Amino acid sequence: MPMNIYEKIWEAHRVHEEPGQDTVLYIDRHLVHEVTSPQAFEGLRLAGRKARRPELTFATMDHNIPTTGRDQPIRDPLSRQQVEVLKTNCAEFGIVCFDMHDRRNGIVHVIGPELGLTLPGFTIVCGDSHTSTHGAFGALAFGIGTSEVEHVLATQTLLQRKAKTMEVRVNGTLPVGITAKDIILAIIGKIGTAGGTGYVMEYTGEAIRSLSMEGRMTVCNMSIEAGARAGLISPDATTVAYLKDRPYLPKDTPREELERRWLGWASDAGCTYDATVVLDAGAVEPQVTWGTSPGMVTGITSSTPVLSAIADPNERHEAEKALEYMGLCEGVPMQEVTINKMFLGSCTNSRIEDLRAASRLVKGHKVHPSIALAIVVPGSHQVKEQAEAEGLDRIFKEAGFEWRDAGCSMCLAMNDDRLDPGDRCASTSNRNFEGRQGKGGRTHLVSPAMAVAAAITGRFTDIRNWQFN
Amino acid sequence: MKPFTTLKGIAVPLDRQNVDTDQIIPKQFLKRIERTGYEDALFFDWRFKQDGKTVDETFEFNAPRYRGAKILLARDNFGCGSSREHAPWALDNYGIRCIIAPSYADIFHNNCFNNGMLPVRLEAGAVDRLFVELRATEGYALEIDLPSQTVRTPSGEAIHFEIDPFLKERLLNGWDQIGLTLRHADKIAAYEAAHAG
Ligand code: SF4
Repeated sequence: MPMNIYEKIWEAHRVHEEPGQDTVLYIDRHLVHEVTSPQAFEGLRLAGRKARRPELTFATMDHNIPTTGRDQPIRDPLSRQQVEVLKTNCAEFGIVCFDMHDRRNGIVHVIGPELGLTLPGFTIVCGDSHTSTHGAFGALAFGIGTSEVEHVLATQTLLQRKAKTMEVRVNGTLPVGITAKDIILAIIGKIGTAGGTGYVMEYTGEAIRSLSMEGRMTVCNMSIEAGARAGLISPDATTVAYLKDRPYLPKDTPREELERRWLGWASDAGCTYDATVVLDAGAVEPQVTWGTSPGMVTGITSSTPVLSAIADPNERHEAEKALEYMGLCEGVPMQEVTINKMFLGSCTNSRIEDLRAASRLVKGHKVHPSIALAIVVPGSHQVKEQAEAEGLDRIFKEAGFEWRDAGCSMCLAMNDDRLDPGDRCASTSNRNFEGRQGKGGRTHLVSPAMAVAAAITGRFTDIRNWQFN
Repeated sequence: MKPFTTLKGIAVPLDRQNVDTDQIIPKQFLKRIERTGYEDALFFDWRFKQDGKTVDETFEFNAPRYRGAKILLARDNFGCGSSREHAPWALDNYGIRCIIAPSYADIFHNNCFNNGMLPVRLEAGAVDRLFVELRATEGYALEIDLPSQTVRTPSGEAIHFEIDPFLKERLLNGWDQIGLTLRHADKIAAYEAAHAG
């Protein structure tokens, strides 16, 4: 029977099954960060338990750390404590931890792939919903709660129920100016933020195949915003090419054998899914969200909704609340919406390719005088170093953008980078929830190119008409 | 883990769809390293005005008649967004041990069971009715009975709900997952031996 990739990974990781009970599923890779782990380590300590396979777990600090003045101690005592506690927990339980000064440090979902910790066919978990990012490599990767973090540390397994599978097929070729971010926002706009609940998604089709690994990570990253726990892409030559010279790649197995195994995880021809969604890449415009949920999204040439045109009363009520929070009227063209802040970063869009794409638009332009803050935050130390080696930092700085140190930063504003009440921000992150980037702040999700274009023109702009310098 | 069998208490309405975990507990409260002490952080940005102190009277949840609520009535896709277990902790610390909604986001749903809390799924029509009755009657208390899988309203109406039999067992017995899994330690060791290298 031909199998899809999810079925293959599931089959290969079953440790124990009993009728009517959850399957005990083996976990190959566990990633840990400072926010969702302290109570898990404490739980182990209280129960007198050890980490079963500490060498399969890797820790980084990313959510709390400052993006400026990294040579100074962290000012916020609670943030500082959380970071310190991660270090002592890792030392106690024998786990490798990438300290904020370590070259390998960065956002957990950026460094996993970059270091070769993320491999095809792996089961990967982390106490973080955007673990779905790693699915870009053909890994079954999903977010878990803190109790489950403790469970994985203690047993190297999780109790899981098999999910349904959904094929999300993106046909056609990406038009000029359309990025992976626009594709995933368009998918969420189409199926809704709960459209994928109960499913694991596999993204297929020419448009997905044509994406780089960076682009694929952007797509899989936001699977959770469609309600799916995980999103995968079958490994292919692009995947294999990315997995070269990564420090943590397996060393004992010959390269050819590794490649053969990796490619073997790809979905079989003729496999089936429980549901299928089809999108035509050619019809996708640059996307901008207008509301307080990633599904409240539209094309750059469209407008905010007209409430009387929304049939479902609950949905209308939500849209009304969202417009009110966002300080927007009905039926306003997106290109008339002005912003005062910009954030280029997060595990969705802070990889080298994102910075390169954005810098091409920025070159020879200046940030608009109405912009109070425009920050570029690389996803990891290595991304930052690479960008600096290519001179991208200078392009951003000359245009008036701030060039910061790596971390989650204003994606969730746990450190000092945040919006003030009433600020309106073009953001390359993944969540436009109320208050996500700071209480009273208004977030519009866009691609990196759309974000910098908005910072330069002061309003949302159709990058398909951009004047490159 | 605390077992969950029956629960009787005041219900409080939260009339929003897609309530995300950033709303249930905003990020500034995620810096603590304990599992307790999150009760004041629950729905913080909605319960309190911009200054973070003054109670926002316009937020229905704050009405005095709902004080001491043990059950939360909510709408579709409750608990979407981040995986933070601080969300069920905040509800639990506040005193809410049961949520009633038409649907939940996956990770939040799991996290509830790992904390001995019951997320009840009722179809949207029934939830609509409960919203109406709840607002019409002060002191509206519901009785949740897990063994018989019913929500009983003050008028005596019993609404049946579905729940996965295994999850039900876990809640009724207060089993914690690690204990369950460690019964299969030999199988885990065998798997590891077979997959070494
Ligand atoms: S960048 Fe944002 S979404 Fe990604 S892990 Fe950090 S806080 Fe979470």
